[in-house]
Amino acid sequence: MFKQALAICRKDFNSEIRTRYAVNALLMFIIVVISVIKFSLGEDKLSSELNGGLLWIIIFFATSNGLSRVFVAEEERGTSLVLKLSASAQSVFLGKLIFNTLLTFIINLLIIILYILITGLDIKSPGLFSLVIGLGNFGLSSVMTIIAALISKASSKGTLYPVLSFPLLLPLLLASISATWLTIEGAGFGAIAGEIQMMVSYTIVVITASFLLFELVWND
Amino acid sequence: MQGNSAAQGSIKLKAENLTRKFDRKPIFEDVSFTLTSGSSTAITGRNGSGKSTLIKIISNLLSQSSGELSLFDADKKVKRENVFKYIGFVSPYLNLYDEFTGYENLKIISDIRGSGHGNIDNVLKRVGLFPRKNDLLKIYSSGMKQRLKIAFSILHKPDVLLLDEPTSNLDIDGISIVDDIVKEYKQDRIVIIATNDAHERSLCENEINLNENISKRKEQ
Repeated sequence: MFKQALAICRKDFNSEIRTRYAVNALLMFIIVVISVIKFSLGEDKLSSELNGGLLWIIIFFATSNGLSRVFVAEEERGTSLVLKLSASAQSVFLGKLIFNTLLTFIINLLIIILYILITGLDIKSPGLFSLVIGLGNFGLSSVMTIIAALISKASSKGTLYPVLSFPLLLPLLLASISATWLTIEGAGFGAIAGEIQMMVSYTIVVITASFLLFELVWND
Repeated sequence: MQGNSAAQGSIKLKAENLTRKFDRKPIFEDVSFTLTSGSSTAITGRNGSGKSTLIKIISNLLSQSSGELSLFDADKKVKRENVFKYIGFVSPYLNLYDEFTGYENLKIISDIRGSGHGNIDNVLKRVGLFPRKNDLLKIYSSGMKQRLKIAFSILHKPDVLLLDEPTSNLDIDGISIVDDIVKEYKQDRIVIIATNDAHERSLCENEINLNENISKRKEQ
């Protein structure tokens, strides 16, 4: 199953390199949002709480823009049948999840670098900050992948994606925002252990449920 | 990957009282048949009688509303999640990836299926696309795309070959290629063609007419 999933992920990467379905939209979104923040702030500095919140708002909407493409593009172009006839549902989900997770990491690395450069954000616990962002990204891509599969067959995909994903992501976003601003302020692992626990267990539950449900979503 | 079990005459496809409804309106009702390796069957019927729908159900791309469909390999029932390994499928609503070349499309599918690349050149030669294998699919004509779909369907030497209007968009050479493939596969595998075309029907020994909902063996 893992080999099949990697082949699907590789196919999606090569497809993305050639078509730039998601990357162009994401890059434009990131550049516009970061520019708006820069123009709004001027020389002002934001508090750690606001920085944490703002960072996750950008991450949420950037991923909402791009991650649905993995399934929507397959449905719109009529290529989903090729996958259905070539791989098990679990392999397809795992392949799309790996692709979305890697894409999310790349996007968010870019967002954070640009954000730090533009706002001059000083992160006092960079190691823990990276851990929180990494876990948050993984949780985010897990939820976004199964919702992308759900909405790919709907007619109003653009609206449904953020609307469906927001309530599901709320617990993860709250824990991520809280842990992010704590690490910006230099908190140790003990201070964010609760949030980390929450993010890890949330992601495990989402991935398990997704694997159980995906075949139903995918096949009909 | 699946391949040659039918060569020993061991595949059986059994449908019992298959019914499919869309929005509570029946498309077809109580369709029953049993097909074994070494048979060829045309599914016929008026437009809207459910030929393509039945093909989709057989290929596990769609669920029936009621009834039972089972695939047996050496008298052992194949699990639903493994049915795709036995199926080769050509259909007007199946699309391959426009951003890749003909060869790359088949290579991607082989990678996803976990089979080697050894058979790719053979099937491309068989469908007459070998000289154009490095052209992107987006510059293929509709006839060339149809030939590539046929290559996709036989790449893994399936035990059950499902063809929905296989000669549409094909020139005389293309039709002759389909004829050869059907003649070869019906020797020791199951071939099912959804069609109203007289020539395609003539390739099959049996017929399921969805208007009359009867399965019959043609007069020889």
